[in-house]
Amino acid sequence: MTNRPQPPAATPDTAAPVDVPPPAERELQLMVLDVNGERHEVITEARRTLVDVLRHELRLTGTHVGCEHGICGACTVLLDDRPVRACLMFAAQAEGARIRTVESLSARPPDAAGSQLSDLQRAFRAHHALQCGFCTPGFLMLAEGFLAERPDADTEEIREVVAANLCRCTGYQPLVEAIEDCAAARRAERAAASAPRKEK
Amino acid sequence: MRRIEDGGREDGAYEDGGRLIGRSVPRREDPRLLTGRGRFVDDITLPGTLHAQFVRSTVAHGEVTAIDLDGVRAVPGVVAAYTADDLGLGDITAQLARPVEEFVPTAMPVLARDRVRYVGEPVAIVVARDAYAAEDGVEAARVGYAVHPPVTDEAAALADGAPLLHAEAARNTLVDVRLFATEGIDEVFAAADRVVRVEARTGRQNALPLETRGVLAHWDDREEQLVLHTCSQVPHQVRTVASRCLGLVERAVRVVVPDMGGGFGLKCVVGREELAAAAAALRLRRPVKWIEDRKDALSASFLAREQHYDVRAAFDAAGRILALDADVVCDMGAYSCYPFTAGIEPLMAAAEMPGVYKVPAYRVRGRAVATNKAPTAPYRGVSRPQYVMVVERLFERAARELDLDPVEIRRRNLITDFPYTGVNGITYDPGSYRESLDLCERTLRAEGWYERQRAARAAGRHLGIGYSCFSERTGYGSAAFAQRKMAVVPGFDLSEVRMDPSGAVTVTTGTMSHGQSHETTMAQIVAERLGLELDRVRLHQGDTDRVAYGWGTFASRSIAVGGSAVRLAAGRLGEKLRAIAAARWEVPVEETVLGRGEVVRRGAPGTALDYRELAEVAYLRVDLLPKDIEPGLTATAAFDVFNDGTFSNATHGVVVELHADTGRVEILRYVCVEDCGVAINPQVVEGQCRGGIAQGIAGALFEQVTYDAQGEPSATSFMDYRVPTAHEIPDVAIHHLQTPCAFTETGAKGAGEGGTIGAPAAVLNAVNDALRPTGVELDDIPITPETVHRALHRRHYQESAR
Amino acid sequence: MKPAPFRYHRARDVHGTTRLLAELGEDAKVLAGGQSLVAMMNFRLARPDHLVDIGGLRELDHLTTGADGALHLGALTTHHTVETAPDALLGPGFAVLRRAMGWIGHLPIRTRGTVGGSLAHADATAEWCLLAVTLGAEIVVSGPGGQRRVPAGEFFLGPYTSALEPDELLTEVVFPRPAPHAALTEFAARKGDFALVSAVVDLDVEGGRVRGGRVGLGGVAPVPVRVPAAEAVLADGGSFADCAAAAAAAADPPDDAGGSAAYRRQLVRALVERACVQADGATEQKGAGAR
Repeated sequence: MTNRPQPPAATPDTAAPVDVPPPAERELQLMVLDVNGERHEVITEARRTLVDVLRHELRLTGTHVGCEHGICGACTVLLDDRPVRACLMFAAQAEGARIRTVESLSARPPDAAGSQLSDLQRAFRAHHALQCGFCTPGFLMLAEGFLAERPDADTEEIREVVAANLCRCTGYQPLVEAIEDCAAARRAERAAASAPRKEK
Repeated sequence: MRRIEDGGREDGAYEDGGRLIGRSVPRREDPRLLTGRGRFVDDITLPGTLHAQFVRSTVAHGEVTAIDLDGVRAVPGVVAAYTADDLGLGDITAQLARPVEEFVPTAMPVLARDRVRYVGEPVAIVVARDAYAAEDGVEAARVGYAVHPPVTDEAAALADGAPLLHAEAARNTLVDVRLFATEGIDEVFAAADRVVRVEARTGRQNALPLETRGVLAHWDDREEQLVLHTCSQVPHQVRTVASRCLGLVERAVRVVVPDMGGGFGLKCVVGREELAAAAAALRLRRPVKWIEDRKDALSASFLAREQHYDVRAAFDAAGRILALDADVVCDMGAYSCYPFTAGIEPLMAAAEMPGVYKVPAYRVRGRAVATNKAPTAPYRGVSRPQYVMVVERLFERAARELDLDPVEIRRRNLITDFPYTGVNGITYDPGSYRESLDLCERTLRAEGWYERQRAARAAGRHLGIGYSCFSERTGYGSAAFAQRKMAVVPGFDLSEVRMDPSGAVTVTTGTMSHGQSHETTMAQIVAERLGLELDRVRLHQGDTDRVAYGWGTFASRSIAVGGSAVRLAAGRLGEKLRAIAAARWEVPVEETVLGRGEVVRRGAPGTALDYRELAEVAYLRVDLLPKDIEPGLTATAAFDVFNDGTFSNATHGVVVELHADTGRVEILRYVCVEDCGVAINPQVVEGQCRGGIAQGIAGALFEQVTYDAQGEPSATSFMDYRVPTAHEIPDVAIHHLQTPCAFTETGAKGAGEGGTIGAPAAVLNAVNDALRPTGVELDDIPITPETVHRALHRRHYQESAR
Repeated sequence: MKPAPFRYHRARDVHGTTRLLAELGEDAKVLAGGQSLVAMMNFRLARPDHLVDIGGLRELDHLTTGADGALHLGALTTHHTVETAPDALLGPGFAVLRRAMGWIGHLPIRTRGTVGGSLAHADATAEWCLLAVTLGAEIVVSGPGGQRRVPAGEFFLGPYTSALEPDELLTEVVFPRPAPHAALTEFAARKGDFALVSAVVDLDVEGGRVRGGRVGLGGVAPVPVRVPAAEAVLADGGSFADCAAAAAAAADPPDDAGGSAAYRRQLVRALVERACVQADGATEQKGAGAR
C-alpha cells in the first residue's frame, strides 16, 4: 500500500546528482469506499482518480487505464449499478456509492465444470469478443450495467452502447454478438422461470 | 488443393474427430482476462516501486541550450531526475548492410543530448514516489532551446536547402534504393495502349494498442540481473539493446513480458523510455516503473504509414498490365527504429508492390525521409495497406479508361499458376488469388448489391462497390530478411517441449502473443502432435530466461515459423517417447506409434504405454533406460524458412453509401474471402481478420496523426485522433479458402495482417465507385466527410469560391 | 496525465457553497459530474487550487414540471436521468430533451455528466447550451447575495465563458414552455464526438401547419446562436429547405483543420433541414436518430 508517505529514497550507489527530496507536503484525506461489497479505508491525496485508487491502493488491477480522458472506456466500472468512467472521477467523489469492478462478476464458487465465469463472461468467450483482453473489463462492466437497466435492448441499442468504449482487436462485431446472446439467454431464462407459474 | 497431412496416427490425427488443428477450441487465455486476473505491466508492483515520467521537448527542431532540473528535484515526492549526461547511455543505432548511398545510419540517443528532433522527444527522466508527483516534477523542469526551422513533410524534407535533421543525411534522406528496373521498361511505357498514373498520399497513423507502452525495471541482487517487465513483441531484442546501452552482458538482463494489451507492430521496436527507466532503476537500486500516458502515446510514441506514391502503369488494350514504375517516399519521422531501421516501409513497398498480379516489367525507387515528427515503427501490414491501395487504384483507373469491368481487369492479371516467380524476384507459393476474387464477387452479386446499386443510382443516391485483391508475405525466414540486408537478420524461431514426470507438457516459443491466442493455438499444435488433451499442454513465452531465444511476434510469423518450431519439437519429444517405449518392449522403434496420450505397439492392439508411465521411466526409473537414451524428456527444435516465405491472400469486397447531405461514408456491407492455409483455430483467424479490417477502415476513413506548421502535434487526444467505434465499424462476413503451405510444419500461413492490408483499398475503391457519376476520383486517405461532400457537390463549392 | 494538486471541499448546501466560492475566489472550481473538468485536469489544462464538490447537494437533482407548464431541471440532474425520464414527467412537450440526450457522449458519460455542469462549462457545441438558447430557457444562479435568473441567450459569453460569477453556483435551468415540435440533430465525424455543427429547430405548429419557429445552431460561433433569418422564413411560411438555406447563408462558421467554413455552412443547411423535418414529425420520433 502506498497510502502513507514513503521514507526518503535510498541513497544511490553511484555518485549520481540526486538531491534528497524535501519531506512530502501532500494533503492526505481518509476515504471510505464500498467496492464489490467490501468496505475499504484509504488515506490518499484528493487528486487521486477512482481508477488509480482501485488499481494502486486497493490492488484491484482488473480495471484498466487506457486514456485518462473518458473516451476509451477501459476503466469503466459500475457506480450504484450504472457504468461510469473511473478515470473521470476522483475517488473522493465515490464515497457513499456502491462501486463494482470486473472482479465482482465472478466472485462466486466455481460451477460443476470448474468455471467461475458469469454468463456474460462466458458469452464473451464463446464469441471471441476479446483478444488482448485489455479493454475487456471495461466492456464487461459497460454491458453488465446496461443490460441490468435495459434487459430487452435490441441489436441497435447494444451496438450504440458498445460504441461507448474502444477495442483495437476485435472489430466490435463479436462484442455486440456476445452481449446480444447474453441478453437473449437471460430473457429466455426469465421466461422459463415464469412459464410454469403461468401454467398453473 | 492438397491435404498436408494424411490423417495417419503418426501425425497425431484421429479418425474419430479428435483433431485439434482446425477446431475453434475456447481460448486458454480467456478465463484470467475475463475475470480481471490478467497481469499487464502496470498491474505489477514491487516493494518500493518508484514512478517515472519524462521531460519532453516542446519544440520540433532545435539545439538544447540548457537543462535545469534543480526545480524538479525540489518538488515534493521527486526522488531523482536525470539528463542524458547524467546517465551516459549508449545510443540506439539500427543498421542495414547497404552502402551509404542507399542507407544512412543515424543514432537515436536514449535521452536527447544536444539536439531535439520532434515535439515529445524525451530530454530528461523524473523519478518520484508516485505517478502524480512524477508529473509535478516534469512541470518544474526548465529546458532552453535554440529553435531550428522544422521539417514537417516529405516535400519540405527533400527541398533544396532544407534544414537537416541529421547532418550525415543529405536531403534528409535515410534510405534511397532503386530496384529491379527491368530492361526496356521505358520502351514498354512508350508503346503501351494505355498508361495510367496514380499519385496518392496516406495519412500518418498510430498503431494504437489500447495498452500504452510501459516498463517496470529493477535490479535483482540475487540473480545479479536487471529485470525488465515490459510489453514488447520482441523480448530478446529489448534484452540486446538494453545490454548494449547499459553496458551489461546479455545474461545480466532479463526481459519478462506479461499479458500485453496489443502491439500491432508499435511494440516490436525497442523504445527509449524503457531504457531510461532501466538506467534509473540501476542507479537508484529501486524498482522504477514507467507507464506511458495516452497523450504521449499519441504524440511521442512510434507512428507509421505516412507515404507518398507517384506510380504509373502501362496496359495493353485488353487490360493486361505491361509495366509498373513507382516512386515511393515514406515520411519516417525523426529516427530509424531498432532493429528494422527507417527502411522498413520503403523497402517493403519496393520489394512487394507487384503483389498478386503478373507484372512483366517493374521499376521502383523507394525512399525514407526524416522529418521533425515522432519516429515510425512497423505497423500491421507495413506499407502493404498503402501500395495495395495504389496498385488497386491503378487497376480501377485502367478499367475505367479501357471501359472494362473492374473485376474482370483483375481477373485478367491475377497470378494463377504457382509457384510464380515475379519480376521482383520473389517466388510466390500457391494461393487462391483468382478463387478468392470470384467468390467475393459472387457473394456480393448473390446478395443483390449490384441491383441495389442500380436502383440507388436511379434514385439519386450514391452507392459504390469496391474490391481489393492482395497477398501478404508471411513466414519471413532469415533468407527473406537477409534479402532486405538487415544488419541483424530475424527469421528463425526456437522451441523446447518438455514433459514432466506426470506426463504434462510445457512448451516454449520465441514468439510473443499479445492478443493472437498463442497459448491456445500453439497448445493445439503440440497436443495434436502428441495426442494429448489440450489442457495437458502449457505454453511459456516472453521471458528471456525461460525461452532460449526467439524473434518475437511480428510480420505474421508466429504460427508459420514459431508454430513450425513448436510442432517439430513436439515431434522430437514423441520420438523420444517412442524410443523409450520400444526399449521397454525390446522392439525396434519402427514398431511403435504415438497414440492418444500413449505409445502404441504396432500390430499389437491393446499394447500401449501411456506417457505418464514413460515419463516415470525417463525421470524416476532411469535405471530401466538403455545406455543410449538420455534421462529426461525434453526436445528442442529450430525452424527457419529458406525460401521467399509463404503468401496468404484475400479479396475484400465493400459496399458503401455516401450521404449526400453530410458527406459521411457509410459501409453497408463488408465481405472478406481469405486464405491463410491451414487455420489452426478458425475463430482466431476470423478475429484477426475482423480486427485487422477495423484498423484498415480506421486508416481509410478516420484516423490521422496531424501536425501544425511548427511541427506541434495537433491530435494528442482521442477527441482529435479518431479511433472508430462500434458505430463506425461494420460487421464483416468472412469466407475461408484453404491452400495449405507446403513448407510450414502445419500447412499454416500467417494471418495477422491481411485484414488491415485489404481494407483501405477496398473502401477507397467503393467510394470512388459511388462517386463515379460525379467524375471525381479520390486517391488519398483518410477520406474525410468534407472531401466526399466536395466531390458530390463540386459545382456548389466552385460557385461559392467565386 | 495526472491532475495537479488541489484542495478538495465537499459542499453541504447551496448557501454555504456560494460563501465558500466567494472566499476562495478565482482559484476555485465547482465540480459536478466532472465529465469535462476532470478530463481537463488530467491534461493539466485546468488546474484549480480548490475543487468544490457539489455532488452531494441532492436538492439540485430534480426534474419537475411547474404549475405554469415550465420544466425545472436541477443542476445535478444527469443526462441519463433526462434520457430515462418517464413520459409522465416530460410529456410530449419536453420529449425533445430526452431524444437529444442520445447525442451527448456515450452512456457512461451521461450517467455522470449533469445539465448544470454542461451549461456552466459553456462549450459552444454542447447540446444543453444549444437547447437552452433555442428553447428560451432561463438559467438560475445563486450567489452570496441571493438568486438571479439569466436568459440563456445572455448566459453564454464566449467559448467556455458564461455570465456565471466566480462566487455563483448554477442551480437550475428552467424551460419555460413545452416544445412538442422540436428536434436536435448534429454531425460529427464519429458517434459521440463533440459536434462539428449542431442544430435545434423548435416549430410553432397550429392546426397541422407550421406558423413559425426558432432555429438554433451550435459550432458555428463562439456561443450557440439563434438564426433570425431562418426563423423569418418559417414565420413567412417558407419551406424547410428555404429555412435551411437561410440558416446556411446567415451562418459565419469557423474555418479550420476540423472543416472549412464552406463545408460547415453545408452542414448547417443539411442539419437545419433535417431538424425541421424531425421537429415537424416530432411526435412519431423514437429517439436520437441514426445519422
